[in-house]
Amino acid sequence: MQKILEVERLTKEYAIGGVLSRQRILANDAVTFHVNAAEVFVLAGESGCGKTTAAKIVLGFEEPTSGVVVHNGKRGVKNVRPWIDEGVQAIFQDPFATFNPLRKVDRYFFETARNYRLASSRRDAVARIDAKLLAVGLSYDEVAGRYPSEFSGGQLQRISIARALMTDPVLLIADEPVSMVDASLRMSIVNLFRKLRDEIGVSVVYITHDLATAYYVGDRIAIMFRGSIVEMGPAEEVLTRPRHPYTRLLRESIPEADPGRKWQSTVRLSDADHEEFMRSGCKFAGRCPVVMDVCHRVVPRDVEDGPVTVKCHRFPPG
Amino acid sequence: MPAPILRTEKLKAFYQLDVQGIPTTVRAVDNVQIAVEENEVYGIAGESGCGKTSLLKALYAAFEPPLRLVGGRVVYTVDGKDVEVTALGPEERRSLRWRFISYVPQGSMSVLNPVSRIRRTYRDFLESHLTGETREHAFRRAKDHLAALGLPKSVLDAYPHQLSGGMRQRVTIALAAILHPRVMIADEPTTALDVVVQRGVVQLLKSVQLGLRNTIILVTHDMGVHANVSDRICIMYAGRIVEEAPTADIFGNPRHPYTRYLINSLPRFGDRSRREGVPGAPPALSRLPPGCPFHPRCPHARRVCAEKNPGYTVVGRSHRAACWLLGDAGDAEDPRG
Repeated sequence: MQKILEVERLTKEYAIGGVLSRQRILANDAVTFHVNAAEVFVLAGESGCGKTTAAKIVLGFEEPTSGVVVHNGKRGVKNVRPWIDEGVQAIFQDPFATFNPLRKVDRYFFETARNYRLASSRRDAVARIDAKLLAVGLSYDEVAGRYPSEFSGGQLQRISIARALMTDPVLLIADEPVSMVDASLRMSIVNLFRKLRDEIGVSVVYITHDLATAYYVGDRIAIMFRGSIVEMGPAEEVLTRPRHPYTRLLRESIPEADPGRKWQSTVRLSDADHEEFMRSGCKFAGRCPVVMDVCHRVVPRDVEDGPVTVKCHRFPPG
Repeated sequence: MPAPILRTEKLKAFYQLDVQGIPTTVRAVDNVQIAVEENEVYGIAGESGCGKTSLLKALYAAFEPPLRLVGGRVVYTVDGKDVEVTALGPEERRSLRWRFISYVPQGSMSVLNPVSRIRRTYRDFLESHLTGETREHAFRRAKDHLAALGLPKSVLDAYPHQLSGGMRQRVTIALAAILHPRVMIADEPTTALDVVVQRGVVQLLKSVQLGLRNTIILVTHDMGVHANVSDRICIMYAGRIVEEAPTADIFGNPRHPYTRYLINSLPRFGDRSRREGVPGAPPALSRLPPGCPFHPRCPHARRVCAEKNPGYTVVGRSHRAACWLLGDAGDAEDPRG
């Protein structure tokens, strides 16, 4: 299968604290994954797990400390600006912040058409814009001449997806695209990713903390924790038969919309987040219900278990 | 049956705004009639802009311009006696706050003073609400209270920014519970929190409620949270309660088309079949459509739906919904109804 994106041992180090109490944190620690053609790949995890850092590096907004990003087989020079080759487009979390409130929405489309020389005349441009808006369930007539405040969050998010489609990208990077959208409108966005994948073969890196929509739309999933991918594999397998204790905790903590399936036990929380980043060995050891001595000392390796890769000393079992 | 601890009667609270010279009325709370019992978690669900935060402000009797009480009343049952809080003066209202009813806001930073230690916030709070409380006694009380809720007492020496978002929210909940109020109002207490932390915060709320045997009014748009802790749920749409039922019935037998959409659009583990969101977008509360506010999005809308706003039909035990499809319940706007 063709790989649209390969990320190899991506590492990003940040320094936090003052001059005297400087501490270094690995926001990404040897993160490795790939995205196939026409697939929805989910990067999931809680805030501070490094998923947005990985997205920023893939988009070229940040330089990795080490590691390689390969776009469409092209092993990039450092400082590759992938959006220049038109193949990768981004969709952001807050649709109200994406658009300038004082600027008509259609201007973003004409601007993209001009920047990438996508149309030879205004009529050409309008035809292209209309086609892209139709793909997300809107039309040029509904959008032309209107300001962002005239749309709902769900509509604006679909408009920003249509804008991203202007260059016929092969890959969309969507960072928490539904977290600011109302529940009743969320499915329209997520269904759109399915449709784009199935009908025009676009791949999507869907970055989210919402495992329910991840399960609904994802083909493969990577669960991140404190900078590392701790479990990766087919979304169905990872989310219905989680192996890593952290994935299990996440999966159990999602409140299910079913009064018959309530939380069974009381959860234990970490009191200070950055302490977990500083741990040697497995970063989850402080909260892990099945922790062993070795977990506190040695960083676990990636182990293959069936179709899933898991970073845990308990694997392979037995 | 005991009297409800908090009830509203035909409550209307509107924002009176001036939009570029045009007087505009935002009907945020429109004819809301609810009765919240003792010892229950009463859930309020709805999308952003449906009026749920305004309803909470009204229940807390915190009317600040431009929000105005336009009609109806809010009644608390304090020590067995009816108190019409909407008729009280500001001083009397204040005396009920925190002792009888307390509030857990969305962002914990707005309660905790960023430049003083948690200890100081607790002390100021206790000193202003309890007369004759000595400093040492207040501090001991705060420590015992936090320990009883399973929070480390070291948080008292921390500044708010040194705590994680989940810990700050738990400290805020603990503060709201320290005078053992009969009613606690929680407005989206877990937005912006991660799932595991959300679970911890919601479980803390529930354990406080179990311990005090009091009432929690919980607003969240997250139906999963409601499924876990709410005993009863009302669904709010465009400033109105469109359905109210025990939690099992809201999920198992939703009757209003909007509730049905809301429940059916939620993805579930083990089922990847296609799910649809609600078509269209919610209306602006300043420009409500005539008739039932949901009719422009409703696939079952009939002519009457665009003309008259439906009243409530009782569809089961403690289960009511406002929809013309459920029978002729009369016009909600009818002053006699």
